[in-house]
Amino acid sequence: MTATDASDGLLPELANVYWRPRMTPERLRRREQLWTLTTLAHVVPFVLIAIGMVLLSPLALPVSLAALAHAWLIPALYARRGATVTRALTPAAAAPERAALGLLGDLVDRDARELHARTGLVPEPGRLGTWLVGEVGALLVAGRRVSCWCVRATDPDGSRLPSGDRVAHLLLALRSDEEGFATVANLAFSGARWRVRRRLPKRQRAALDAVA
Amino acid sequence: MSRLIRMDGSGHTTLAEWTTDDPASVEAAVAAFRDELEQGAIAMVTRGPGHADHVRELPLDEQLVIVRRPIAGG
Repeated sequence: MTATDASDGLLPELANVYWRPRMTPERLRRREQLWTLTTLAHVVPFVLIAIGMVLLSPLALPVSLAALAHAWLIPALYARRGATVTRALTPAAAAPERAALGLLGDLVDRDARELHARTGLVPEPGRLGTWLVGEVGALLVAGRRVSCWCVRATDPDGSRLPSGDRVAHLLLALRSDEEGFATVANLAFSGARWRVRRRLPKRQRAALDAVA
Repeated sequence: MSRLIRMDGSGHTTLAEWTTDDPASVEAAVAAFRDELEQGAIAMVTRGPGHADHVRELPLDEQLVIVRRPIAGG
């Protein structure tokens, strides 16, 4: 780090979320475990109800099936909400989009450029896992788990950034302070990779497969 | 030639260009840099794949300095 660098290397935006403890691998692990417990708390009671109803009376089979549907649907809805962090916004005009893509292309290597062209997501290896950075959020892939983070560049003057610039904003922030980035971002969902994959648009599933 | 660029609605805008042996261009670049920071922007320098640094003063020896807006949880 040179004399002109920020002295602490921390993301400046952390000042806006001063009440949040800085994300660390250990804190992230606890957040992930909490999500697993939450999922179990939604699934297990409905499965028990489904089994109990059938045992009590085979005539209660429709109620049992409804309970199983709840056990399936509730985590699926959470995963769906998580997958929305990779959605693309309406593009800007062609010229700004081209200029923004050119700059983004200068920031990443050829493989990342190619994956972005196909999926709209840029892969970025980190210490917490491998990130897939989109316009309004990022996926963090670590083993069989995916965490979905909602975060975006602000538009203080109301002007709309081209999609490439939105990704570049998040990419630069992530590269300068990964744990700070995860502190500023909101965790929308954390769970099994297959749950998130099913809820992603088809073209983006390739990005998840590529980094898994 | 080093460049100071800002990511904005046009894709990006070149705010200043300078060479260290041209004091006038350096002065103009430093002024443009400070203007951006005063408006709440954040300046970054990329350090190769996977690395970027936040800078609070214009690093005159860098080829490219990028000004971005703050990010926030959605």
